[in-house]
Parts: sequence; C-alpha cells; structure tokens
Amino acid sequence: MSSAPKLTIEGLRATIEGKEILKGLNLEIKGGEVHAIMGPNGTGKSTLASTLMGHPKYEVTDGAVTLDGEDVLEMAVDERARAGLFLAMQYPSEITGVTNADFLRSAINARRGEGNEISLIKFIRLMEGKMKDLEMNPEFMHRYLNEGFSGGEKKRNEILQMLVLEPRLVILDEIDSGLDIDALRIVANGVNAMRSPERGFLIITHYQRLLNYITPDFVHVMMQGRIVKSGGPELAQRLENEGYDWVKEELGIVDETVGQEDEFKVPMNTTAPRY
Amino acid sequence: MTQATLPIDSQAVVESAKNRQEPDWMTALRSKALELAATLELPKLEKTRIDRWNLSSFGTYRKPEDLTSAADLPEPAKSLLNTDNLLVQRNSGRVFASLAPELAQQGVIFTDLETAVREHGALVQNYFMKAVDMGENLLTALHAAAWSGGVFLYVPKNVTVEVPLQALFLTDDAAASFSPHVLVVAEANSSVTYVDNYLSADNGGEALVQNGVVEVFAASGASIRYASVHHLGKNVTDLTYRRAVLENDAKIEWVVGELNAGNTMSDTTTLLKGNGSNADVKVICVGTDEQKLNLTTRNIHIGKSSESDMITRAVMRDEATAIINGITKIEKGATKANGQQTEKVLMLSPKARGDANPILLIDEDDVKAGHAASVGQVNAEQVFYMMSRGITREEATRLIIYGFLAPVVSEIPIERLEEQLQHLVERKLGQ
Repeated sequence: MSSAPKLTIEGLRATIEGKEILKGLNLEIKGGEVHAIMGPNGTGKSTLASTLMGHPKYEVTDGAVTLDGEDVLEMAVDERARAGLFLAMQYPSEITGVTNADFLRSAINARRGEGNEISLIKFIRLMEGKMKDLEMNPEFMHRYLNEGFSGGEKKRNEILQMLVLEPRLVILDEIDSGLDIDALRIVANGVNAMRSPERGFLIITHYQRLLNYITPDFVHVMMQGRIVKSGGPELAQRLENEGYDWVKEELGIVDETVGQEDEFKVPMNTTAPRY
Repeated sequence: MTQATLPIDSQAVVESAKNRQEPDWMTALRSKALELAATLELPKLEKTRIDRWNLSSFGTYRKPEDLTSAADLPEPAKSLLNTDNLLVQRNSGRVFASLAPELAQQGVIFTDLETAVREHGALVQNYFMKAVDMGENLLTALHAAAWSGGVFLYVPKNVTVEVPLQALFLTDDAAASFSPHVLVVAEANSSVTYVDNYLSADNGGEALVQNGVVEVFAASGASIRYASVHHLGKNVTDLTYRRAVLENDAKIEWVVGELNAGNTMSDTTTLLKGNGSNADVKVICVGTDEQKLNLTTRNIHIGKSSESDMITRAVMRDEATAIINGITKIEKGATKANGQQTEKVLMLSPKARGDANPILLIDEDDVKAGHAASVGQVNAEQVFYMMSRGITREEATRLIIYGFLAPVVSEIPIERLEEQLQHLVERKLGQ
C-alpha cells in the first residue's frame, strides 16, 4: 500500500434530502499532488468532501469514485478510511467521555488490525512528538474528544489525527476557517511535512490565505456543483485579487450557488433589537 | 384473613428469628412489621406496574454453612474482590467475614447485622429502620419482618478508614430468603468507603425477590463513600431502598451500578438534614431484553447551605424499559441550598424505552437548583466521525456508549471496582 495513490472522480452527482448538490464533478488526484478547490459559499465544496468520505446524509445518484481502481462508493466509511482516505472536517464532532487518546488509539489499531496493536509506550511517544510539532498542550490527549475545544484547537486536533494516521489521500475541508495566523502557520507546517509522492491532497478553502503557506499544484474553481475552471497557483492569486465575478462573467454564470433556493433571507425592513 | 395474602410465612419468620437468639426487641419489631404488612400496599411507582411483577417468591430463611476460608467461596465471588475486610452473605446469612485487627482496635465494627443485633444491640436499635419507615409500604414492612444476614458497619468518632470495606451478597438458592439489611453508622468526623456487590449464581431458574434496605447515618462532619453494584440474574426481582441521613457538614458519595438482568426497582434517597451537608449521587444502569427498571434518586434539603448533585446514565437495549426519576426537594428554611441533577438515557434499539423525569420541588426562595434530562439515540454524526478514522461501526458505538457512561464510571473511588463495572457493562451489552 505504500505506492502512490490515485483518486479518480468521474461525473459525480450527489443529493441531500432530494436536492442535487453535486452535478457531475470530475477530478483526478495522484500521489505527490496538492489540489485546491476554491469557490464562493454554497457551491458544493463541502458536499464534495463529505460525499467522498461517505457521510450518510448525502446520496450518490450517479458517477464513480475510485482509489487505485477500487470502487470507493461501495466501501463503508471505515473501509474508506482504512483504504487511506482522510477527511479533516470543518465541524468535527464533540464526543463526551471518549478521550482523544482512546479515540486515536482505537483509530490506529483499526488500521493495524487485531494482534498487531500499538504498544502504549509507542503510542504515547508518537502522540507526544506530533503534539509538540503542532504546539499542542499534551494535556489535550486526556481531554474528551473535541469537547470544549476552541475552533482553532479542533482544527489542530484534526491535523494531529492526520499526522498520526498517515493517510494516503487527505481532504482538508476549510481547515483554515477560524484560525489565527499563528495557528494557520502551524497547521500548514503540519500539512507540508506530510507532502510526499505517496500522498495526495485535496484542500477545500474559501480564501487564498492558506495557499500562501501550502502551495498547490492545481487550483480548481467550483460553482453550481461542478468544477468550472482549473489552473495553477496563479489562478488562486487572481481570485484573491479580483474575486469570482470575472469567472462568472467568462462562463456566463449568474447564480453560482447550488441547492439553496429555500434559503432563509433576513427581512431587510426590520429594526435590530436594542440591548 | 389478610395474613394469608402475604408472600412470606409469618410464623416461620418469627420462629426462625427466635431460634437465632436475637434479642426480644428485634423479634417484637418483626411481629409488628408483619401486622403492618397485612394492612399495607405495594408502593405506587411512576409509570411502572410493579403489581404485575413476579413478587410471589421471597424464599424462607435457611441457615447457611460458614466458610472457613475465602478459598471456599463460590466461583463468581472469587474473581471480584480481595478478601481483606470482606463480608460475604450467601442466600440468607453470613458465610465469611474478615476485618483487619488494627481497624477493630480503633473500634470499627464490620460484621453481619444479625451478629451485631446480638452483640451491639443498643447501638443497632438506635438506627435500625429509622431512615426507612417500616410502615412506608408493603415492601418495607416485609423487609423489616423477614430481613436476615446484612451488614453492620460502625465507624467511631474521628476514625478514618483508609481501605475500602467490602461486602458480597450472593444468592444461589431460590428457596432461601435473600433480604439483607445494610446499616452504616459513621460518627462525627469519621470517614469510610464501603463497596458491595449483589450477584446471583445459577439456581435452576426459580424466581426470587431481593427485598433489601440500606440505611446510612452520617454524623457531623462524617464522610462516606458508598458504592453498590447489582448484577443479579434474570430470575431475581431486585427491590432496594437506600436512605442516608446527613448531619451538619456530613457528606455522602453514592455510586450505584444497576446491572441486573431482571426487573429492578431502586430508590436512593439522601436526607440533607444538617447545615452544609453534601450529597453526590451517581447511578449507571444498563437494561436489556424485556427488563423493566424503575430508578429513583432523591435529595431532600433541610439544612442551610446544603448541596447535592445527582447524575444518572442509562443505556437501554432490546425491549428494555426504564423510568428514571430524579427528585430534588428543597424545604422551606434551607436557604443557600444548591441542588443539581442530570438524567440521560441512551437508546440502542427502536423498541427500547426510557423516560427521564427531572422533578424540582422547591419551597424556599434563596436557593439554587438545576436539572437537565435527555433521551436519545446514538448520534449518527459522531459515528460517522469515528468511522472516518477507520474505526468500525461496532467499535465506534462501543466507544460512544462508554463515553456516555464515563461521567459515572470514571468517578468510581476504587480502581478495581471501576474495572469490574466496565467489564460488567461490557458483558451486559454483549460487545
């Protein structure tokens, strides 16, 4: 399994509660490559991440996803993870009563299989080392999973899991949101340290800021549930400088969002309550 | 003849008590309880028809054989505990007791209640059936009449008992009565930890009722940790009243594991009588098959600045039903009292049922009180998160269940008991 991975997404369509969000998305990510997906809110970026990981809320209606030729869509969520897929989530769950250490040890052992469990000493050394890299307080090991963590602490904890689990294909879903500049640097260092020919990355982001620290090989713009434009790092720079309007204009897109027709709109003619 | 309807043989109860040479006051008390029993009804429980439970077989007193050494204990008992400061009751009476000589020298009494009634009669008489009124209902009256074996734990003033004292109540003969009475008296500024286990071995599947009462008295400044784990078999109906009375600045920590396989009614009540008294109650419960459970925890504040907290966590599987009542009562005059409670039920199957009923009854203005209750299923988002790290669905569910129980299990004062409880939960959930 140490060879370079290849993730292939072909014509992927997915719905949530009957609404189609992904409308035929194509993408190929190979080992050693860093792909960034950018786009305004509501264009289906996070849906793509969740669908690839197999979130039960999303239903795939058409298309194919393979990892090294294996059908990912046929796999259960945990099988996808053990095949090497990893999703750093935008809003990781909080789980009371399960410590970070218990959780990570279970995750590591799930990969290693029965009879080959990691020893406690090795596990602690591994954790302590990686936590130091991320400038995390070792105390976090014994805290309940994500419970009471700040936004930044949760993101670091996601990256910690990535470092410890050594996945082959990493999806980072808005890992930069809610991070201050120091935390952003630490998280980016963690990702950069993991770059290797045997690992591919898909970075989903709203802002170009993260890409100052992690230089992507490919940049894709997502609108209306599909990739509408691709390029190199310079595309991210141009989006940062000029926004998305020129892309919409170029492609004749009026509304870039998808599946949002029922969205609640704040009535504009009301007065804000006084405190 | 109302007597004929009692599930115990009145005459045999009194006769066998006399044969055990207990003092007259106790035999008289039994007779009085029998008279009362004839006039009393079963307790009225919230949403539970206890009158439909199998309450026909209370067994009769059978004198057990004393064991000479702990090595002779039946198999399930051996794996549980160490044998220092241990008391074992098998069916109707004590079969084994040990207490470290240095504790005895300090005046600590730790023996079965039958022996204590004979040897420390006046002391026992001050407390016996004083926290629980025998006239409360049919069950308490039957208990007062037919109790046997039991525990008497007495800790003199200013004595701190460092090691936990342990008791084991084992039933393996459905014809023998099994109604122990545990009486704990902690004098001023003393401190003690007591742990007990109720378990049953195969008895051929005959029905039996465990009709137990626990009474705890903590004098001023005394501190008591009381842990009790019940894992009786399917054929045993477990009925338990636990009552503690706290004087000024006294403290009790209850840890209760309700892990029976049969129907269970338990009522754990603390009377915070003294100013500055403190009660901390933690209960876990696992229900399986068609089990019916009715668990009440109740803290009654009378003392000023008294504080209480209770946490109940129940996991319900299959078609099990649990009614969980948390009652915080603050009496008029209990100023600055603080009573908190949380009841949570986790349902693992669509046919399982759980009701969490938080009840605050407050007759004083200058107090704090809070409650939280929830009934829910395993969170799909949490399962997804764990599975996305390669953990199987079964393992993820297991971790979430233990996490749910952790606020109680991880607080258990004795590590071995914590492990044991973990193991029992695991066995009960079959994972």
